[in-house]
Amino acid sequence: MALIDYLVQGGQMLLVLMLAPLLTGWVRWVKARLLRRRGPSPLQPYRDLVKLSRKEVVLAESASWLFRIAPYLIFAALWVAASLVPTFAGGLPFSWTADLIAIVALLGTARFFLALAGLDVGTSFGGIGSSREMMIASLAEPAMLMMVFTLSLLAGTTELSAVARFMLTADVGLRVSLALALLALVIVAIAENARIPVDNPATHLELTMVHEAMVLEYSGRHLALIELSSSLKLVLYLSLVACIFAPWGMASAGAGSAAYGYAAVIYVAKLALGGVLLALFESSIAKMRVFRVDQFLGAALMLGLLGALLLFVSRSL
Amino acid sequence: MLLTLLLVLLLVLLAAGGYGTVAPARPQGSRYLYGVSLAVCTVLLLLALAHLLSGREPLHLSLPLGLPWLGLHLRLDALSAFFLVVVNLGGAVASLFGLGYGAHEREPERVLPFYPAFLAGMNLVLLADDAFAFLFAWEFMSISSWALVMAHHREPANLRAGYLYLVMACFGTLALLLAFGLLAGVDGGYGFAAMRASQTPPALAALVLVLALLGAGSKAGLVPLHVWLPLAHPAAPSHVSALMSGVMTKVAVYGFIRIVFDLLGGESAVWWWGGLVLAAGGVTAVLGVLYALMQHDLKRLLAYHTVENIGIIFIGLGLALAFQANLMYFNAALALTAALFHVLNHSLFKSLLFLGAGAVLTATGERDMERLGGLIHRMPHTALAFLIGSAAISALPPLNGFVSEWMTFQAILNSPELPQWLLKFLVPAVGALLALSAALAAACFVKAFGITFLGRPRSPAAADAGETDRFSLSAMFALAGLCLLAGVLPGLVVDGLGPVVGLLNGGARLTDQYHQPWLTLVPVGPLKSSYNGLLVMLFMAVSGVAAALLIHRFASSAVRRGPAWDCGFPDASPATQYTAGSFAQPIRRVFGSLVFQARERVTMPPPGDLRPARLEVELHDPVWERAYAPIAAAVIAVSTRANVLQYLTIRRYLSLVFGALVVLLLGMALWR
Repeated sequence: MALIDYLVQGGQMLLVLMLAPLLTGWVRWVKARLLRRRGPSPLQPYRDLVKLSRKEVVLAESASWLFRIAPYLIFAALWVAASLVPTFAGGLPFSWTADLIAIVALLGTARFFLALAGLDVGTSFGGIGSSREMMIASLAEPAMLMMVFTLSLLAGTTELSAVARFMLTADVGLRVSLALALLALVIVAIAENARIPVDNPATHLELTMVHEAMVLEYSGRHLALIELSSSLKLVLYLSLVACIFAPWGMASAGAGSAAYGYAAVIYVAKLALGGVLLALFESSIAKMRVFRVDQFLGAALMLGLLGALLLFVSRSL
Repeated sequence: MLLTLLLVLLLVLLAAGGYGTVAPARPQGSRYLYGVSLAVCTVLLLLALAHLLSGREPLHLSLPLGLPWLGLHLRLDALSAFFLVVVNLGGAVASLFGLGYGAHEREPERVLPFYPAFLAGMNLVLLADDAFAFLFAWEFMSISSWALVMAHHREPANLRAGYLYLVMACFGTLALLLAFGLLAGVDGGYGFAAMRASQTPPALAALVLVLALLGAGSKAGLVPLHVWLPLAHPAAPSHVSALMSGVMTKVAVYGFIRIVFDLLGGESAVWWWGGLVLAAGGVTAVLGVLYALMQHDLKRLLAYHTVENIGIIFIGLGLALAFQANLMYFNAALALTAALFHVLNHSLFKSLLFLGAGAVLTATGERDMERLGGLIHRMPHTALAFLIGSAAISALPPLNGFVSEWMTFQAILNSPELPQWLLKFLVPAVGALLALSAALAAACFVKAFGITFLGRPRSPAAADAGETDRFSLSAMFALAGLCLLAGVLPGLVVDGLGPVVGLLNGGARLTDQYHQPWLTLVPVGPLKSSYNGLLVMLFMAVSGVAAALLIHRFASSAVRRGPAWDCGFPDASPATQYTAGSFAQPIRRVFGSLVFQARERVTMPPPGDLRPARLEVELHDPVWERAYAPIAAAVIAVSTRANVLQYLTIRRYLSLVFGALVVLLLGMALWR
C-alpha cells in the first residue's frame, strides 16, 4: 500500500468530520429560506460546537460514569462508521475492516449507548426518548439490513467499496430491487437521523420528541460531542446513498492527486444536493404521530424484504 | 488413556456430589466443594481444548458396564471436545462464582449434592458413544438439574416450574429414545459406531430428524417446546441458572448435531430438513426476544432470551443442512461455523448475564426490575460486567455476539444458489426474522441494563445494595474478557472450530484464518466480505480517547453537579422514571398486539374522586393458550372420566382384566 492511500484514508476521515457541522447548518439554512426566514449562517453549528465545548458540564446528581463516557463512545462508533463509508475515493487501505453489515451494527452500538445515557439520569423525558428510539430502531435496523441483502446479492459482497465499483459497471441496469432498496434506505435514513416526519430535530418541550428527549440532560462538551455525532450520522447516511446509488465521479485507488481533488469537489456537491432535497422534503410534510411511525418503517422493512426476495427468486430464472 | 483420565475426573465430580451431602454441616464445606468443581472443570477444559487443537484422531474406550450385551462405550472426537470446552468453561466459571455466592445459600443441602452431579452428567452426555449411555447421562443431567430447580421448593411458582420441567424432560427423552430406536434398526445396534455405519431408509431418517428436533429442541427451548425453560431456569440458584441457560441448552444442541449431522449423516439430508429446522429457528428467535421484552423479572427475561439465541443457533444449523442436502459443502461449512461460534458466544455472555443477575439478587433480594434501579452507583463493577454482557448479546461490534451473527448473515447471503423454490422464499424471510430479532435484542438489553442499573433506585433494597464479593466479580470479568477476546480475534475461534466442522461436513471446512493480515476474518474468499474486530476496536478506542484528550486539553474539563434538568420540571420521586413496563410499551403496541393480543385498559376515576387512575395491560401467551392449555384440558377431562375406574369392586376389576385379555387376543389373531 502506498503512503498516498493512507493519506487519502486519513483525509476522508477528517473530511467527514469537518463537513458534518456544515451539512447540518446547510440543511437548516435551506429550510429557513424555504420558510422565507433569513436563518442563521450555515457556519453556525461550528460556532455552537466551539461555544459548547468551552462551557462547563452540569451533571445531574444521579448521573453515573456511563453518562460521562457515553458521548465519547457514541462519537467514536459513529466516526469509525462514517470513515468506513467511501466518500470521494474507493478501495482504500482499511476498506476491508468492516463491511456494510458491520457499519449498520456500529450505528447500533452508538444507538445502544445513547439510549442507555437517556435512561441514566432517571427522568421521564430520558426514558420516553430511549424507549421510542429503540422502538424505531427495532424496525429501521432490519429494514436497513434487508437493503444490505439486496445490494450484496447483486454485487456478491457486502464490502462497500466493491459495491460502489459494481454499481458503476454497466451490467447493473435498471432493477426493481434497487429501486425498492433505495426507497427503504431513504426511509431508514430519515428515521435514524430523527428528521420529519418521524422526529423533529428543531423541537424541545414536546411530548413527541425522541432524539432530543434522550439528550436532554447533556450540557457543555458532552452535548457538543452528541451534536457532532448526530451531524456525522447525517453525513454518513447521505454518503451512503451517494456511494451506493450515485457513485459517479468517485476516484478509484491509486488515482492522481488531481483526480482526488476533483472527486472531493463532486462529493461535496452531492452532499449539498442531498441537503437541499432533505430540506425540501422536510418542509413539505408534517410530522406524524409516534404510533404511525411503525407503519412508515414497516413499509421500509417490507420494501427491503421484497427487494431481497425478488433477487432470491430471480436467480434461477 | 486421555478418556480414562476424563472418566476419573467425572468420578471425582460424583464423589464431590457425595461429599455435598455432608458438606453443609462443615464450616468450609461449600468452599471445598466449589473449589473441587472449579479445579476439575478447569482440568477437563484444558484437556478438551488440547485435544481439539491438536486435531488428533477420535479416542475410544469400552468398559464392561451398563447393559450386559452392549457395554459402555465412550468416544472423544472434535465435536465432543468442542462441547466439552463449552461445558467446562461454563462449569469452571459458575464454580468460581459459587465460591462467593454459595455463602448466601439458605438451604445449601439442597444445592451442594446435585451441583457436581449435574456437571458430571453434562460431561458424560458429550462422551457417550452408545444410545444407552447417552440416554442415561441425559436423564442424569435432567434429574440433577431438576433437583437444583427445586432447591427453593417452598415457593409455589418453583413447584410448578419443577413439575413442568419434569413433564417436558420426560417428553424430550421419549422422543430421543424413539429416535435412537429407529437409528438402531431391527438388529438393535445401539452403539453409535453401528448407527453411523448403517443406512437409515429415507422415510425413517426423516422421522429421526423430527424426533431429534422434538427431543433436543425441548431441552434447548425451541418454540413451541420452550414453555418450561423460562420458568425452570430462573428458579434455580443463579450460578445454576447460568449453567442451565448457558451450558445445558448447548448440550441439547450437541444432541441434535450428534444425531442429525453425525449419526444420520449429512449426505442423507433432504432439502426440506433444512427448511424445517430453519423455520423453527426463525420463529424461535423472534418469539423468544418478544417474550423477553415483555418480562420485568430480570432472570426470566434472560431465560426467554436464551430461547432467542437457541433460535439463532438453529438457523445456522438449518442452513447447514439445506446446503449439505444440495452438496454445497463450502457454504455448509460457513453456516456450521456460524452456529458453533454462536454456541460458544451464547455460553459466554448468557452465563455472564445470569451471574450478574445473581449478584443483583444477592445484593438486593430482588429479581423484579420494577423495584431495582441505580445499581451502577452501588455496584459499579457488576454493572460494568453486565454492560459488556448486554452489549455482546445485542450483537454490537467489537464484541463476540456480532461476529457469529455476521457469519450467519453471510451464510444467508450465500444461499440464493439453493435450487428449491421453498427455500428461496424461506431463507430471505428467515434473514429478515434474524435481523428483526437482533434489533429487538438490543432494545431488550437497553431495557434490562437501563432499568436495573441506571436511573434512580426504585426501592429501599436497591438503594442500600452493596458490591458483590471478589470471587463473583472475577468470574464475571473472566467471562467479559472472553467476550471481548472472541470478538476481536474471531479468526482464532474459527480456526479452532475447523476440525469440528470438518468432522460434520465431510471434511470441508473454512480456510485457516490466522495468516490473514491484521487477523481479519475472511470466511468466503478474497472477493467476498471481511470483518476485522481488532481494527474496529482499535479505531474506536483511538478516536474516543483522542477526542476526550483533545477536548479536556484545549476546551474545558470543568464539571459541576446539579439537580437533573428534566425540561425544568425536576421531580424528586423515583416513581416518575420510566419502568420496565413503560419502556417496552411502544414495542408492545407495535408487535405485541399481533403476537400476544396485548390490550391496554385505562380506568380514570371521575373528577373529584381521589382514587388513582389505573392502566391495566393484558397479555396472552399464544403458545400456552393454543397448544398446551387444550392438551392439559384434555388430560384432565380424560382422567376425570377415568376416575370412575378407581372405585370398582374386585368382581368388576376381574371382568375388566378378562375383557382386556379377550380383546388383545382377538387383535393378535386378526393381525396375524
